[in-house]
Amino acid sequence: MGKPMRIRAKASNGKTNVRALMAHPMEGGQRKDGSGNLIPAHFITDVEATHNGKTVLKAQWSTAVSQNPYLSFTFDGGAAGDKILLSWKDNKGDSRTDEVAIK
Amino acid sequence: MKKHLVLLAFAATTAVSGAKADSIAAGIAEYRAMLQDGNPAELFEMSGEELWTTPRGPKNATLEKCDLGKGPGVVAGAFVELPRYFADTGRVQDLESRLLTCMETLQGFDSDKIAKTSYNKGEQANLRDLATYVAGQSRELRFNVPQGHEKERDMYEVGKRLFYLRSGTHDFSCNTCHGEKGKRIRLQDLPVLSSNPGDGIGFAAWPAYRVGNGQMWTMQKRLNDCYRQQRFPEPDFAGDATIALGVYMGVNAKGAMSIAPAIKR
Repeated sequence: MGKPMRIRAKASNGKTNVRALMAHPMEGGQRKDGSGNLIPAHFITDVEATHNGKTVLKAQWSTAVSQNPYLSFTFDGGAAGDKILLSWKDNKGDSRTDEVAIK
Repeated sequence: MKKHLVLLAFAATTAVSGAKADSIAAGIAEYRAMLQDGNPAELFEMSGEELWTTPRGPKNATLEKCDLGKGPGVVAGAFVELPRYFADTGRVQDLESRLLTCMETLQGFDSDKIAKTSYNKGEQANLRDLATYVAGQSRELRFNVPQGHEKERDMYEVGKRLFYLRSGTHDFSCNTCHGEKGKRIRLQDLPVLSSNPGDGIGFAAWPAYRVGNGQMWTMQKRLNDCYRQQRFPEPDFAGDATIALGVYMGVNAKGAMSIAPAIKR
């Protein structure tokens, strides 16, 4: 289980804006440590967001996304109190899911 | 007539360059405002909050009884009153020094060992997260570093001496960079720290997440790096020299709003 995310979701004018901060090293696999050894790649590969069980966002990420990614997106619909679930999976098999209620 | 035209042209160019400079400053300010949303410092804050309430160390205890100056366990508002004098240790301590005290007395950690550990490693990383959490609990409060105790006043004077002390290979002092208004190094504005630089600037802007190197920096780390940049010997972690500077800057910043944990380029 990865580290907790910080998620905020706000509904206004028939749309919901979700902003999330994810804690992840997003290591590209090309950096070297102090002794000259390659630091292995460790990055989020898949992201999915659901609203009341229905998928509203699916993303495939790569080493192009940097450390502690900040994700912001808007989808149609959503009302205060509805549940948003955001989850990610990384290339080492780790994952994290967090839930938040729309404000 | 020609002289008037020349003067007019000159006035026009200075007006244009003045306006351009303003719009650049406005652009940078807008960029900084955008950065604030999704500040990774919040992740370190969350980690620190978890560390505060998790039983750890040889004594397997939490930090929930730690006295940061406002009573055991009181975290809200403590940050803006540090550094201050603590009767139980008989000395003036800043945030990180006090966290070390609590980690040792409550949890049984070896604070000397933690002080000698590299920043961002091992327990130093946990100390960093804890400091970020505590600072965040005083968000938007105004600095009110106490001077009621004689030792607090002495430390202010020590801090002032250290601020103006020129030394090292380049004969720098804190005042070299932070003593004149309107100066900057490359694109970094340099606040004047011998007086109150205003809300959310200088002492009121740390701990902060530095986007440039992707690291969360505490005031201790910031001071350590200042000394590195001045080519001074490395100061003791959470030692009296850095605490004294904190008292000096903190008292000078009286009334300024804390924006910690902030975000920096």
